[in-house]
Amino acid sequence: MSYRRFRAMFVKELHHVTRDSLSLAMALAMPMMMLLLYGYALSLDVDHIQTLVYDQDGTTASRNLTRQFQGSQYFQVAGFVNDYHSIEHAIDTSHILIGVAIPRGFGKDLANGSGKVQLLVDGSDSNTASIAMGYAEGVVQGYSAAVQHDVINRKGLKPPGPVDARIRVWYNSSLESKNFIVPGLIGVILVILAGQLTSLTIAREWEMGTMEQVLSTPLRPAEIVLGKMLAYFVVGLVDAAIAVTVAITVFTVPFRGSFLVLAVSTCLFLWCALFTGIWASAGCRTQVQAYQFGILVSFLPGFLLSGFTFSIDTMPKAIQVLSYFFPARYYVTIVKGVFLKGIGFRILWVEMAFLVMYGTLIFWRTVKKMNQKVA
Amino acid sequence: MNGNGWGVEMHDLVKTFGSFVAVDHVSLQVRKGEIFGFLGPNGAGKSTTIRMLCGLLTPTSGTASVNGLDVATQPEEIRKSIGYMSQKFSLYDDLTVEENIDFFTGMYGVPHEVRAQRKQYVLEMANLTDRRSAMTRTLSGGWKQRLALGCAILHDPPILFLDEPTSGVDPIARRAFWGLIHDLSETGHTIFVSTHYMDEAEYCHRIALMYRGKVIALGTPSELKHGLDTHFLLNLEASDPLETMRALENLPGVLDVAIFGRGLHVMVDALDATSTRIRQALAAKGIAVQSLDRITPSMEDVFVALIEAEERKAA
Repeated sequence: MSYRRFRAMFVKELHHVTRDSLSLAMALAMPMMMLLLYGYALSLDVDHIQTLVYDQDGTTASRNLTRQFQGSQYFQVAGFVNDYHSIEHAIDTSHILIGVAIPRGFGKDLANGSGKVQLLVDGSDSNTASIAMGYAEGVVQGYSAAVQHDVINRKGLKPPGPVDARIRVWYNSSLESKNFIVPGLIGVILVILAGQLTSLTIAREWEMGTMEQVLSTPLRPAEIVLGKMLAYFVVGLVDAAIAVTVAITVFTVPFRGSFLVLAVSTCLFLWCALFTGIWASAGCRTQVQAYQFGILVSFLPGFLLSGFTFSIDTMPKAIQVLSYFFPARYYVTIVKGVFLKGIGFRILWVEMAFLVMYGTLIFWRTVKKMNQKVA
Repeated sequence: MNGNGWGVEMHDLVKTFGSFVAVDHVSLQVRKGEIFGFLGPNGAGKSTTIRMLCGLLTPTSGTASVNGLDVATQPEEIRKSIGYMSQKFSLYDDLTVEENIDFFTGMYGVPHEVRAQRKQYVLEMANLTDRRSAMTRTLSGGWKQRLALGCAILHDPPILFLDEPTSGVDPIARRAFWGLIHDLSETGHTIFVSTHYMDEAEYCHRIALMYRGKVIALGTPSELKHGLDTHFLLNLEASDPLETMRALENLPGVLDVAIFGRGLHVMVDALDATSTRIRQALAAKGIAVQSLDRITPSMEDVFVALIEAEERKAA
């Protein structure tokens, strides 16, 4: 390992990065674009659910139930209809998510102790549907409790006190999905960027014939990959800084942890992600091949197996195990922890240790792969 | 560090790719300070041999040494003492002339105190002093080629491997390039150069002709030209060249007839016997022979003859 050869490689690679203005602009604009796009568009919050009411009863009781839906922030009663067909049509055309059908005799049945109401839900988006169903049940139960309370009161009895759950939500008290998505997104942005920047770097040199020239000099594989990595590391750090700044200022995601913890783990993660890209590139002789392979090993796991929006805990066991083999998972956990929970080295050292292990392993494999390609 | 005096030495060197034998038991020795030409058609195995000597390919069998260092066991040391110019232009297009030089200066670990001097030398040698800040991709073929040579000799290596350095370069730039190679040889550098331009053989001290992975001839250019005992070249001037050609084409002992300027070049297998037969055949047709003389064949004639002989042997 020679410092001079490593430095010459690094300087040369920096020239490539800064000369290729289109790629550089893309590399710097991408984190902003992705944050804005995902941060605003990808909202998992369900509210203002469009609702139609088919009131066949037309009594005070049915109107009271309707009013409960109208009063809830989660529902938006879009109108009243007089047949099932209208509800069906509105669901088919995606105008509404839920239809409330109150049967004839609802008021009378309720007075006799067994009121029934029908809820029709568009289940084609199962996630949203189950959330909406939960809210709707809540509204109906609230109404039924109020009715019971009323009856008992009127009989002059003391109603049994309802259990009141005092919920305190930690770390994301307003339960806004952006607070959860944006920090994870920082990890995804870095992994995609690292894959894109590096996947072509070695394949390009094989294609241009420059690799052969370079390999006829005393340069060693470790110096090649370290020099290249460090040049992209600089770009990655700038991107990370942009992403964190946007998260804090534009999205006002609370930052409760320490910048030192975030900086150290970002460096570790960039090392891992960049070497993954270089490793992918080292195995390919053409740029097209390298690009596809790079997407396979960095973009897909980074997006799907990092836990940035898709919760790993609910995935099948085999896929959960698979996610441990990709560094994005550890980094996303760290970023979310640092941002929202304010936790530090004492808790996150496990994830960091995994990043160090992965980084060592992938560096070793990359150097080995370069060595094999030489002869 | 190198007692035997050979710059490059190889013994029974073989490289196979699957069932294809690219280099077939090649044995050669190149003296220090020699310009050694490696000639042959495309695909003859020249590049493969050079790449094995530079440590870019592992030989299938056989041994080779460069500057007294063994190719199989001391590749790292070899890389410090060679300069290599690959067939394809392989400097960085998006770097300036100076940045390319700086990069290879770092690669070869040129000592600090001579760095500026070596850079100046290379810029002057390549005539690029005024274009040091030019982007490499804007240079024309001849400049690029000289810059590539310059980058390969930054560390003043005792041995240079040039793989078809002049392909795709105009004749004037080619001549200038060979001038540079001669200067390097004068200062004691060993130069191992491959080409498929037969006329360039004349610039070399010794040449090897490679064909289908084998060396089929080895010697100085004049040895090769005069050493053919089955091929002799005659220059024939006669009154009617076309009619003459027709008369000679099927004459026994005539190997090849070609129009050359105002006369004909006739390749024959025996000097006196066939000359007599040619005169008789032309006299019979009433064609007047103005002159019929033996001339020195060009390198191209020699190589065509050697390759044809090789193919007859194989058939």
